[in-house]
Formats: sequence, structure tokens, C-alpha cells
Amino acid sequence: MSGKPRLTYVNGRGRMESVRWLLAAAGVEFEEIFLETRQQYEKLIKDGVLMFQQVPLVEIDGMKMVQTRAILSYIAGKYNLYGKDLKERALIDMYVEGITDLMQMILMFPFSPPEVKEKNIDSIKERATNRYFPVFEKVLKQHGQDFLVGNKFSWADVQLIEAILAVEEKIPTVLSGFPQLQAFKIRMSNMPTIKKFLQPGSPRKPPPDECYVETVLKIFKK
Amino acid sequence: MSGKPKLHYFNGRGRMESIRWLLAAAGVEFEECFLETKDDLTKLQKDGSLLFQQVPMVEIDGMKMVQTRAILSYIAAKYNLYGKDLKERALIDMYVEAVMDLNELLMTHVAQPADKKEEHFATIVDKATNRYFPAYEKVLKDHGQDFLVGNRFSRADVQLLETLLTAEEFKPDILAKFPLLQSFKARISNIPTIKKFLQPGSQRKPPLLEKDLPKVMKIFY
Repeated sequence: MSGKPRLTYVNGRGRMESVRWLLAAAGVEFEEIFLETRQQYEKLIKDGVLMFQQVPLVEIDGMKMVQTRAILSYIAGKYNLYGKDLKERALIDMYVEGITDLMQMILMFPFSPPEVKEKNIDSIKERATNRYFPVFEKVLKQHGQDFLVGNKFSWADVQLIEAILAVEEKIPTVLSGFPQLQAFKIRMSNMPTIKKFLQPGSPRKPPPDECYVETVLKIFKK
Repeated sequence: MSGKPKLHYFNGRGRMESIRWLLAAAGVEFEECFLETKDDLTKLQKDGSLLFQQVPMVEIDGMKMVQTRAILSYIAAKYNLYGKDLKERALIDMYVEAVMDLNELLMTHVAQPADKKEEHFATIVDKATNRYFPAYEKVLKDHGQDFLVGNRFSRADVQLLETLLTAEEFKPDILAKFPLLQSFKARISNIPTIKKFLQPGSQRKPPLLEKDLPKVMKIFY
């Protein structure tokens, strides 16, 4: 046993990508097992390894963790990316949850029928530019610090940079009204662990394509 | 200012109910401000009181907290209902997240279109009895303790009880094959703060009836 966390998921972003981001940002090396067939998935269920018959699964510190938020909270807590006290944690949680709502739209996008895809991009753009990005633009402007919470790098910063890049892939000009977020993006991208994760050859997964969608439907569709 | 947490939501369960449960279980008195019209929501949005323009919003300890999970985590930690260390918290989080997935199914049933309701109901029963309940039954069986995590009352117990009771409202015999969940339900319901919350006149809300749905939708859409 290597001692490294071991991630089990499809070979693509999905719900596991935020976990990859957070581990990478924390400088933690991890292994990955990719589900390619339904039989593999059914074997995991039969083996009793998936508490609620779902992935993501992360084997870490002797635990077989499931439920994305539980996994992310554990990693954040373990690697000191969760603020210094209860109030900072509350802020981080609020920010992360808001960003996760935005990311949910991105997550579901590949699975929406072709006729509503354009409308969905518009919704993502609307929510990003009217609801979520203005909040973080204001947070950064008001305290003038490099990081979202407590003048210290946290889970919230990782989640935000992931979201910014994901939205930009769909709407390249989305940050045009947000100078603070533009600077934030550059700053975060230059942090050594994140810079490494953004380079080719890292565990970062490419944007979902038709092959990814097909694989997911094949493995998980009931 | 009373010092008590103040909850902003419509007068119904929705996403605020788990928060009411947790505060009540922790023995914390709270006030409620009910949104009745779209104007009530708009006013809060214009005030800058809602970080992402949404409710639930809970005023607590000088913060205007939004995002259900953030609020629940804060309350749980503040009132020592979040385990004794990181690993217990991890277990609690796993259990709670799955309970919330099931609760989401239950919560969204009333808003399903008529032609999808029967299938949705079947999905609820299937997931509850084949995915979620067996997992918690096994947890209780494996350690034989009264509470889900660390032999101590936590938010996991509160949230599971809430969802068990809601599931029973859907299908009264839904716990038939789960003897440990039945005794868990009885045991946790008898905890004094929870017993009080389960009595008439408490701040616990009734299930949303289909006839009341349009009024609620008008607030948000």
C-alpha cells in the first residue's frame, strides 16, 4: 500500500475533478483507478466498497470515503485549507457552496440534449456574471487581500480558480467585467502546486467530450 | 437584538427544515421571519442581505449566513454535534450528505409534474429501501451503539431521524425491513430536545401540500 490517496472514478472531470484540484493544490500526490466498464462498477458495489453504491470514492487514511463534499471537507481540514476558526470555516463553506452551485451547471451541461445546450450556456453566463462572480469580485475588492478568506490560501480559493477556468472554457470573455478576479486568476495560477497542476501531464482532466458522456451513461445508467 | 438566531425563509419546510431540526436538537431557541410574497424576497435581495440572492438565510453570531450546508456545519460545530476529530467529522459528513441526497428526492416530490409523480415516488422508495436505509442499518448493526458516530449524539443522528420521519410520511411502512432504524427512530425521538420539537406547537413545519405550491413558487419565480 502506497499511503497515497487513491481515487476511483471515470477517466474525466465530473464530480472528482474538485477533489483532484484540492489534493493537487495541497501538494498531495495521489493514484487513480479509472472505471471503464459497467462490470468494474458492479464489482465495486458487490465488494461493498461504495457505501451508497456511488462514486467518487477516495481511499484515504484507512477510510473508503464517498460523497464529494465529505471528501473535500476532510482534505481541506487535514491540509489546513479550512481557515483558522469556526467563523473562517463558515465563510469558506458559504463561498464553496455558492461556487459548487455554479459548477453544478457546468457538470450537467454535457448531459443536456443538444437543443437546449445554447440556452444552458446562456444560463451559465448569466449566473456567473450576475450572481456568483460579483460576490467574489466584491470580497477581494473590500479586503484587498490575495486570498478570499483570512489572508490565507484555502479551499475557497482552489474552488474559485477551478470554477473560473471551467466557465472560461465555455465563455472566454466571462471575466471581462471583473478585474479583481482576473488578477486572482493569475495569482492562483502561479502558485507552485497549482501551476504544476495546470501543466500538461498532470492529473487534471480535459473538458468532457462525447466519449466521456458515453462512458458515464454506459457505466451508470440503470 | 435578541441574540437568538433568526431564520429567513417561507413558512414551510423546504431547505430550512434541517436547520430548524438542528437548532432545536441543540436546544437553541430561534426566531423566524417568513417570506410571503416576491416583494419580501426582493427586499432582502436589495438590502444586500443574501450573498447569492437566495434563502435560506440565518442571522447568527453577527453573520448573515446563506447556503444550507454552510449553516448546518456552523451550527453543528458550535454546539458540539460534529464529532470529536477530523475522522469522526468525515463519517458524519458522509452520512449526512447521503441523507441530504435522499431528503432532496423527498423534498422535490411535491413539485413533480403529474405524469412523473408515480415514477418519482417509485424512485424514492427504491433508493430509500435499497440504497440508503440498508447503509445506516448496517452502521448501527456493526457497532451496536445508540448513535451513528462515535457513540455520541451528532448532527448525523438528527438529520437521519428527520429524513426517516419524512420518508414514513410518504410510505408509513417504509421502515418495515429495518429493525435497527426503527429502534433508532424511537430512541432519538425521545431525546428531550427532539421530543419537544416533535410536539404540536413547535417550530417544526408540516409537509407542503400540492395546493400550497403555487403560492411558494410565486415567491421565487
